[in-house]
Amino acid sequence: MQSETAAHPPSRLAGHFASLPVQDNAARLGMWLFLSTEVLLFAGLFVCYASYRFLYPETWAAGSRLLSLPLGTINTVVLIGSSFTVALAVDFAKQGKNRLVFFMLLLTLAAAATFLVIKGFEYSHKFHAGELPGVHFHMKETEGLLPGMPLFFSVYFAATGLHALHVIIGAGVLTWMALKAWRNHFSVGNYVAMENAGLYWHLVDLVWIFLYPLLYLI
Amino acid sequence: MDFFKRLLFLPEQASTFASKVDELHVFVLVATILASIGVGVTALYFFFRFRRRERHQTTEYIVPTVMTEFLFVSVPFVLFLLWFALGFRDYTWVQTPPRDAMDVYVLGKQWMWKFSYPEGPNGVNVLHVPANRPVRLLMTSRDVIHSFFIPAFRIKRDVIPGRYTDTWFEATKPGTYDIYCTEYCGLSHSKMLAKVVVLKAEEYENWVKEQRMGDKQNRQDALADTTLVSPRANLAQQGQRLVGEAGCLKCHTVDGEQHIGPTFVGLYGREERLEGGETITVDEGYITQSMMVPGEHIVSGFPNVMPTYQGKLHSMETAAIVEYIKSLRTRDVVNTASKGPVYEPVRIQ
Amino acid sequence: MSQSASSNPAAAPAEGHAPHKSYLTDGTTVRSWLLSVDHKRIAIMYLVLILLAFLVGGIFALLVRIEHLSPGPTIMDAMTYNRVFTLHGVVMVFLFLVPAVPSIFGNFLLPIMVGAKDVAFPRLNLLSLYLWIFGAGLALWGMINGGADTGWTFYTPYSTTTTTTVAPILVGVFILGMGGILTGLNFIVTVHTMRAPGITWFKLPLFVWASYGTAVVQVLATPVIGLVVLLTAADNTFHIGLFDPARGGDPVLFQHLFWFYSHPAVYIMVLPAFGIISEVVSAFSRKNIFGYRMIAYSTLGIAFVGFFVWGHHMFVSGESTLDAGIFSVITMLVGVFTAIKVFNWVGTVYGGAVDFKTPFAYFCGFLFFVVFGGMTGTALGVVSLDVHWHDTYFVVAHFHFIMVGAAMMAFLAGLHYWFPKMFGRMYHEGWGLTGATLITLGFIVTFVPQFLAGNYGMPRRYYEYPEQYQALNVISTLGALMLFTGFFTILCYLIYALRHGKLATSNPWDSHGYEWRTASPPTTHNFDGPQPFFPEEPHLYTTKPAPEAQHAV
Ligand code: HEA
Ligand code: HEA
Ligand code: HEC
Ligand code: CUA
Ligand SMILES: [Cu+2]
Repeated sequence: MQSETAAHPPSRLAGHFASLPVQDNAARLGMWLFLSTEVLLFAGLFVCYASYRFLYPETWAAGSRLLSLPLGTINTVVLIGSSFTVALAVDFAKQGKNRLVFFMLLLTLAAAATFLVIKGFEYSHKFHAGELPGVHFHMKETEGLLPGMPLFFSVYFAATGLHALHVIIGAGVLTWMALKAWRNHFSVGNYVAMENAGLYWHLVDLVWIFLYPLLYLI
Repeated sequence: MDFFKRLLFLPEQASTFASKVDELHVFVLVATILASIGVGVTALYFFFRFRRRERHQTTEYIVPTVMTEFLFVSVPFVLFLLWFALGFRDYTWVQTPPRDAMDVYVLGKQWMWKFSYPEGPNGVNVLHVPANRPVRLLMTSRDVIHSFFIPAFRIKRDVIPGRYTDTWFEATKPGTYDIYCTEYCGLSHSKMLAKVVVLKAEEYENWVKEQRMGDKQNRQDALADTTLVSPRANLAQQGQRLVGEAGCLKCHTVDGEQHIGPTFVGLYGREERLEGGETITVDEGYITQSMMVPGEHIVSGFPNVMPTYQGKLHSMETAAIVEYIKSLRTRDVVNTASKGPVYEPVRIQ
Repeated sequence: MSQSASSNPAAAPAEGHAPHKSYLTDGTTVRSWLLSVDHKRIAIMYLVLILLAFLVGGIFALLVRIEHLSPGPTIMDAMTYNRVFTLHGVVMVFLFLVPAVPSIFGNFLLPIMVGAKDVAFPRLNLLSLYLWIFGAGLALWGMINGGADTGWTFYTPYSTTTTTTVAPILVGVFILGMGGILTGLNFIVTVHTMRAPGITWFKLPLFVWASYGTAVVQVLATPVIGLVVLLTAADNTFHIGLFDPARGGDPVLFQHLFWFYSHPAVYIMVLPAFGIISEVVSAFSRKNIFGYRMIAYSTLGIAFVGFFVWGHHMFVSGESTLDAGIFSVITMLVGVFTAIKVFNWVGTVYGGAVDFKTPFAYFCGFLFFVVFGGMTGTALGVVSLDVHWHDTYFVVAHFHFIMVGAAMMAFLAGLHYWFPKMFGRMYHEGWGLTGATLITLGFIVTFVPQFLAGNYGMPRRYYEYPEQYQALNVISTLGALMLFTGFFTILCYLIYALRHGKLATSNPWDSHGYEWRTASPPTTHNFDGPQPFFPEEPHLYTTKPAPEAQHAV
């Protein structure tokens, strides 16, 4: 390890690291730790979901029927597809094929945009129908309404809103990676940045894979 | 024992739980004091015994033996487990009210305590209880979380909106003791005080009789700080207006006829048969619950169609409706005591 | 002794003559500080800011104490009082104690102690400083424009309905939390990937172990409070009603989520303080740590078990009896792990060569207060007793014993021990001991009466209180004034020492801690040349070679 530094260090190596593998390892470990904090952030929401589902089982079932299953399903497919393109991008980055990386990232970004547009449609419909959290809840047919319904929408908006925020941040990161690819940044030994961005995108996807069945299906 | 209690500033002991818990209290605190002094003195002795004698003094390389390590772990472990076991024994005891306990409903709201008895009388900021008889408190809050604390009885329980909690005590000494609110609840949290008056059994009977004569409520409330009591007539009138506005009268009547829902007349204090066969006594808590979580208890013979008013009625509006329904009771229902505990407290797991 | 010794300037580092500039003089413009990614400069900026926060929190504390001189209103109205104690708690916890030791001493020393030139992600480190500034600024802005009156626990539904400005403070707490996560993440990665050759896991200084354990807790627990404060802020501003019983929400769920962070958070506050003590005790008694592995493992034990005891804050909030029992018994385990540490510190002194300097004086106070404060914590974990004590001044006294008596004392011990390391100058020893005496005595006078008031039944967060508690409260207030005098003394002689103190040698305590192998103050890159090599364990003061086989744990 020590001998590597004695040679001419490649410019990518920051001064405080002993060697490039160490630096890359640090970046990977850092990313995984960051992802674990993200998981725990959403875990809090899932705990809320679980507690209230337990308190108001019928409401929750009725609430999920109010969501648009087709739109949710399309979004799931879109996101899973984008995860696939990101995985390809990472793979191409490893091989240093910057053109393909760029192309794959464009596809991913398109998917992210589609996801957000569809989400926007869903939200505007909810706003229209008054299916909103807390005090803003004002659905037309109050007849036969179950207690706790506003709560369902609190959880729905908190969870999908936080997730959408992550999609936006993730898209930002991927745009940055696309710029790097455009500038022929990645090479066989230099792809950790893309790898980490890919991991982040997979996390965003993974969270949705939990949210989708919990909110739309059951 | 008495010496320690004075040393530790323990308040008067006025319940069966207090005398149970105080011995453990003294044991735990004396052990704590001894342990910290023990550790402190040993350390001071070492500081002196092993003081530095020359600048670059070297020392021996000492590591603990397995025996030392075992002691380090096991001594505190055994001590703490003993504390736990004794504490948990007492705790389960105070968590399980005896079957024959007398019930009192406690309602906390910013910033007063309201007590109502199944037998009739109710009061604000003064709780009357008989000595040497277990009393169970069924508590709920109208607004934010409060906490009901009687230092002399060593009992405390949070009072939570939208749910019932309970606790119980058996007072041993007649006298007057402080009740504090110990969960921060806003501006006058520190003034949310009340008194518990423990009466000898026969005095208590007399007090109850006295309360039943004449206009009971006003009598009782007069004992308390009147500035805290909202004008009753106004509340009931507000309630009368509200039941119309909120649409209650679409399903309920105020003339004794059954409609889609049960009539409001004579509702308060009535024994209601529920869907499952059990019965329930209608009190403030139950009426509130009917408005907030109507599906919780279904009156037998009626459909489960009542909507929730959760979030649609403010707490004061709820209070007004409850007061209105209470004002519709027939003359003598309040004199019949309910049988046994009526509420299984709702607890979160 | 080691390769790095060669980079030690033998004499006191006379500026300009040393081959490399000390980090303090390497660039003197404001910009060179504000944009510095040097972990040491970041630590110094944290030091200044966090001490300012402590001063603010302390002033709130004094206001609380002065208000309690008489049972009725004394100097303020109820609303002001409620804001003052809330802000005292918020400032002390989120702005001061949680970031204090990791961000100041951890940042400064952890890289040096593992023989690295910086933390793994220096720019993230700087970002965390700015997150602190931004979060603290937002919280302060909220305090000036309305100020929350909910208590630092922000219990719903009160916090979602109060008319005071809760949301900016909550968002501030969220941002401070992000900064904390970045610091923690940095430490974990640094310890995993950047240890110098020769430093195995069991040759890490115990301060690094403690910081590592803290970082793990910080990374795992903070996101949850982050979510909770965001939801509460949203509830407060947009009334989404997630925890509001009037809309079907469950306030007890809020408490579970809050304490799931806030109990581990108390170990974020105290574990690094334990790390400081481990360093101080072996440096000043010139002894290897007695039971090194036990202390290291107990750190992990506390960090782990600390995640499963949060329910002991909710014994009377409507938990089931069974839950209360389970939380109670796990709470006892935490006490056992801490006891292991305490006994091993005392064991370290055994057979040592004690030099009773200021840091050691703080250790002396620390020892007594951590046992008393800790065991009263365990006592609170005894369910039946907590029924009486919950939300009384007994709890207040318990946590001040640990947070002021233990964590703050350890902070001061570290500040004095590492002062020459950080600034290259010495403070006046006589004043140091005076300060320590004032603080220790003032502390006892302030908080022992609060235990008694709690036993006597005095509830916390009370603006006015029944008359029988007055005597105890007056004594406590006098103690607080003494504490203030103590802190003020320290502040004065330390600031004086910054300019006029004697120049320190690079290792004034003759300590064998790793951090003393570089110059004091260190040069910008800590070690010049390639990573140094560390052949022996830290704090080895024996002439005999260390026995290879350690006793099994
Ligand atoms: C740095 C902060 C810190 C630390 C380290 C601790 C440590 C502990 N705390 Fe504390 N606690 C707080 C800060 C802290 N606490 C705060 C802020 C609150 C109030 C929150 C609020 O409501 O606002 C609180 C409240 C609190 C409660 C709730 C009280 C209530 O509200 O009703 C409980 C209950 O169990 C508790 C327990 C403990 C325990 C068991 C420990 C243990 O970790 C202690 C372990 C240490 C020891 C046990 C000492 C060492 C032991 C020995 C040396 C053994 C001695 C010898 C022999 C056996 C011979 N704490
Ligand atoms: C780290 C945490 C911390 C610290 C250090 C302190 C320090 C002090 N606290 Fe605090 N306190 C809390 C955390 C802390 N507190 C929390 C979490 C609560 C609960 C809040 C709630 O209920 O929501 C609380 C509540 C609380 C109460 C209860 C209020 C109530 O319930 O009504 C009281 C009452 O006496 C009190 C008093 C004090 C006093 C006298 C000090 C003294 O030790 C302060 C002394 C300090 C000074 C006077 C400042 C002087 C400083 C300088 C001069 C500069 C410093 C410079 C250098 C060191 C170099 N505190
Ligand atoms: C859609 C019809 C409907 C409306 C509107 C309605 N209720 Fe009801 N209510 C019922 C029915 C049906 C029951 C009996 C079944 C049950 O217990 O849920 C009932 C039961 C009750 C009970 C319990 C009665 C008992 O005998 O135990 C109370 C109290 C009550 N309602 C109060 C109100 C109040 C106050 C309002 C207006 C704010 C209201 N209700 C509006 C239909 C309604
Ligand atoms: Cu009610 Cu405090
Ligand atoms: Cu705790």
